[in-house]
Amino acid sequence: MKTFIFPFFALAVWILIYFNLQVSADFLVLSVLNLEPGTHLTESLRFFVFEVPKVLMLLVLIIFGVGIIRSYFSAEKTRKALEGKSTFAGNIMASLLGIVTPFCSCSAIPLFIGFIEAGVPLGVTFSFLIAAPMINEVAVILLFGLFGWKIALIYASTGLFIAILAGWIIGKLRLEHFVADWVYKIKSEGSEEPEEQLSFDQRIRVGLDSVKEIVGKVWIYIVIGVGVGAAVHGFVPEKMMADLMGQNAWYSVPLSVLIGVPLYSNAAGIIPIVSVLIEKGVPMGTALAFMMSVIALSLPEMIILKKVLKLPLIFIFAGIVAAGIMIVGFLFNWIM
Amino acid sequence: MKTIKILGSGCAKCKTLYQNTLEAVKQTGIEAEVIKIEDFQEMMKYNVLTTPVLMIDEKSVIKGRVADVAEIKTLLIQ
Repeated sequence: MKTFIFPFFALAVWILIYFNLQVSADFLVLSVLNLEPGTHLTESLRFFVFEVPKVLMLLVLIIFGVGIIRSYFSAEKTRKALEGKSTFAGNIMASLLGIVTPFCSCSAIPLFIGFIEAGVPLGVTFSFLIAAPMINEVAVILLFGLFGWKIALIYASTGLFIAILAGWIIGKLRLEHFVADWVYKIKSEGSEEPEEQLSFDQRIRVGLDSVKEIVGKVWIYIVIGVGVGAAVHGFVPEKMMADLMGQNAWYSVPLSVLIGVPLYSNAAGIIPIVSVLIEKGVPMGTALAFMMSVIALSLPEMIILKKVLKLPLIFIFAGIVAAGIMIVGFLFNWIM
Repeated sequence: MKTIKILGSGCAKCKTLYQNTLEAVKQTGIEAEVIKIEDFQEMMKYNVLTTPVLMIDEKSVIKGRVADVAEIKTLLIQ
């Protein structure tokens, strides 16, 4: 019973602190440190002192919630749901399940093999593997915290769209012969074990554990990312980036994808910096394309995938996802 | 004599689980053989989807997460 009341109490405290952050940050910078408003240093500091706790608090709350939701899903259940699913409906389902199924990129290989072996079509498997890392809660929370809900929604829905479409195309191209031969020969001996049923108390524990694990890992990137962002915010002249990567420079979208793919960073480090680049004149579509390519396509991941995929399929996979990201980039530069 | 298997491809989580298991075995003093399985072909025989996995006597008890020493100890004693 005690664990049942605790979350509500914690939520009340959370709300109280969260909605007084701006006031507290200003009080600290302007009154306690006694800095003069309007200078570069003061504005950078105000930005930093406000944004870091804000983003961290959002992370704690939402990751806790997502952790509880995820405790109702598992890779095993998702596989069962996708077995034998074909074409479009399967791709949509796989992408949506990719968002809620607990996933770590280190499990990508066993997951891939397990899905293929159980008869989940190749294209449907890819939809899952694209959506799972791209639309992760850390990215969406940071976008919400630093850009607002509209951009977060745009990111999540276009990401979903790319995952569905790219998986569907890969399915249509019939590339099964580019999967390493041994994958199809594997026969699991292990029997299905019954899922353990969790009580609500245990689910709260799962939520708290995921907060500890994820926030414990990403907080340092957020502090550094927002720190760099704060420095740029206060010191780099307005619109400087506009000349460099402006709306008229058509090449800015493919260029940002090219830079983004080999860059291996997580959402926590990259999004705070991008948020400030936008403020300095980088167009939204270019920024979106950059973030997506950093988060969704990474060189280390492709090297791992080499163990189960032949080279042509890796290139096709990366090419289709990159093309999808560029289309999103061009589209948003054009309409916004 | 228990047979303990850690399935995982060498990621950070897998290494932590392996270390925690060694520590748990040491602390409980149970006689056990701890085997690390890092090869995917070998791993897939056990119907694994998320790594790391901890198996005690061919039964997977931890899936897709790291367990701390205390938790592994209770699993070993059971």
